[in-house]
Amino acid sequence: MKKVFALIAAFIPAIASAAGANVHLDKHLTDLKDTASLQRGAQTYMNYCMGCHSLEHGRYNRVARDLGIPEDVMKENLIFADKAFGDLMTNAMSPDDGKKWFGATPPDLTLVARVRRPDWVYTYLRSFYEDPTRPYGVNNAVFKDVGMPHVLAGLQGLQVKGTAQVAVGFDTLTGQEITEEHEGVLYLAEAGSLTAEEYDKLVFDLVNFLVYMAEPIAVERERIGWWVLLFLAIFFVPVYMLNKEYWRDVK
Amino acid sequence: MSKQKNTLMGWIDDRLPVTQTYEKHMSKYYAPKNFNFWYFFGVLSMMMLANQILTGVWLTMNFVPSAEGAFASVEYIMRDVEWGWLIRYLHSTGATFFFIAVYLHMMRAILYGSYQKPRELIWIFGMLIYLALMAEAFMGYVLPWGQMSYWGAQVIISLFSVIPFGIGDALTEWIRGDFLISGATLNRFFALHVIALPLVIVMLVVLHLLALHEVGSNNPDGVDIKKLKDENGKPLDGIPFHPYYTVHDLVGIVVFLMIFCTVLFFFPEGNGFMLEYANFEPANGLKTPEHIAPVWYFGAFYAILRAVPDKLWGVIAMAAAIAVLFVLPWLDRSPVKSWRYKGWMSKVFIIVFAAAFVELTWLGTQPANDLNTFLARLCSVIYFGFFLLMPFYTRMEKTKPVPERVTGGH
Repeated sequence: MKKVFALIAAFIPAIASAAGANVHLDKHLTDLKDTASLQRGAQTYMNYCMGCHSLEHGRYNRVARDLGIPEDVMKENLIFADKAFGDLMTNAMSPDDGKKWFGATPPDLTLVARVRRPDWVYTYLRSFYEDPTRPYGVNNAVFKDVGMPHVLAGLQGLQVKGTAQVAVGFDTLTGQEITEEHEGVLYLAEAGSLTAEEYDKLVFDLVNFLVYMAEPIAVERERIGWWVLLFLAIFFVPVYMLNKEYWRDVK
Repeated sequence: MSKQKNTLMGWIDDRLPVTQTYEKHMSKYYAPKNFNFWYFFGVLSMMMLANQILTGVWLTMNFVPSAEGAFASVEYIMRDVEWGWLIRYLHSTGATFFFIAVYLHMMRAILYGSYQKPRELIWIFGMLIYLALMAEAFMGYVLPWGQMSYWGAQVIISLFSVIPFGIGDALTEWIRGDFLISGATLNRFFALHVIALPLVIVMLVVLHLLALHEVGSNNPDGVDIKKLKDENGKPLDGIPFHPYYTVHDLVGIVVFLMIFCTVLFFFPEGNGFMLEYANFEPANGLKTPEHIAPVWYFGAFYAILRAVPDKLWGVIAMAAAIAVLFVLPWLDRSPVKSWRYKGWMSKVFIIVFAAAFVELTWLGTQPANDLNTFLARLCSVIYFGFFLLMPFYTRMEKTKPVPERVTGGH
């Protein structure tokens, strides 16, 4: 029994529902000011995702500048050899090849965090499970019958979908965890090179990076926004007084 | 000032009536002194129009109006053009705030009977602006060429196909310029969005204002301020628009800008109601989105369309919902203008109508399930009931006496 708990590791990525569209999504607490997280996310993306999924609206030098990555480090580790520092982040896979290999062309992911929302991507990347009926041996609880193989399986390990004990809360008197048996739960059957916490962290960073990628100006936008509002608040004072002064003589 | 022949201004005035025009429309335009909160939204609408035109011009400098290039060019503006993101958000958030201002401006007219005689033409011009604005906003939303741009256009343009006798299909094809929504559609919408409709809107705004300044502004009491004048012929309850209302409007402008900038800088997607999430995915004619929803400001009319089970009658209902607004001045038979002096029936109808319109706006953005469809039908009945019963309840009810002079204010 204890082993089952350990396998589930208290982190249930997703409880699959029959409908598919109404899957419970885990919250991604996006933090675009965590530069280290964004850098780790960029690294993971370049190593595991970029081969199939371009970021065609973004540029390498912009990512380097925004994420505080020195130019030489960026060029050496994160840029494909044939690309220039200021190039758009495209890849070499042709749409036709992608379609042939995966059944659908792997989409460009520049804006995926805005299209699907961070919670969805965060849950999706943690919801692959073994399914021998699928071409690449895996299915996804969030995106049913997705063509994508579980690229991060070496890190996460392999989940299976079945019946398991799920933590549903705590006993208010003893403080002990209360568990219930649930069907259609994903749990880890085969360990990967990372622990469940480490894998969640990796995916968190990756999604953080994708949120940055979808709108690189977001942090700067909010920073400027505070100054604009401050200006308007100050400007309001003379405007209000001017109005009051003029209207003094209106009876 | 026009007497000073030796000045530059005098020289110009002899050749062009600058001072005279300025006086007629600003410094000697007497407006009632009791304008309240609701009277900010006319000038705010104009400000948003200026914002849309200015930011639109700059967007045009980098936008690529083609099916192949449109989507990427918007992202180029968002990422690679200096301050492009700000210009784009000013435009996209501006559209929402333009409609907020316009809807509140229209509500003001309904509350205080500003459409009544002798201001029918002002109302008609206003409605024409609103109509042109809806076309303008719809075509503008197609331009980024995202999934909702494409499928929204698909849904809206296909509405024309319900017209019988073979006209519908031919008309649809003529509007699209193709057998389906394509680059040809995008190109013509671009032309209409950046040149034709803005010109029409600006000209209509000029007519709207000329007509207003000819008969003078209404006010929350619906009192005609021109009836009582002082020895100099100035209305007793009137004050020159400039400087009194220019400095007054400035206060409203700053407050409005605070709200506008809060949304622009902190919630530019408006939770998916202003920039829909699905529109961050490039248009794909082979992949229909699960849920096609209009942007919030078309919600009400879309909800009325869907409330009717038959497509043809749905389109007729939607068109009628807009058309009925045009004849509002002739539906209101009340001897008084402002709801302050109308009877209880008018008051109840106005409040329930406003609530129904807000509810319809919400429903239009939501998927149509049983409850939503029921609510949409209920609110549609209220919407039409407000207008169609107006000739009866405005005549039947007992009105209160209207005072000689305006009340409240300053």
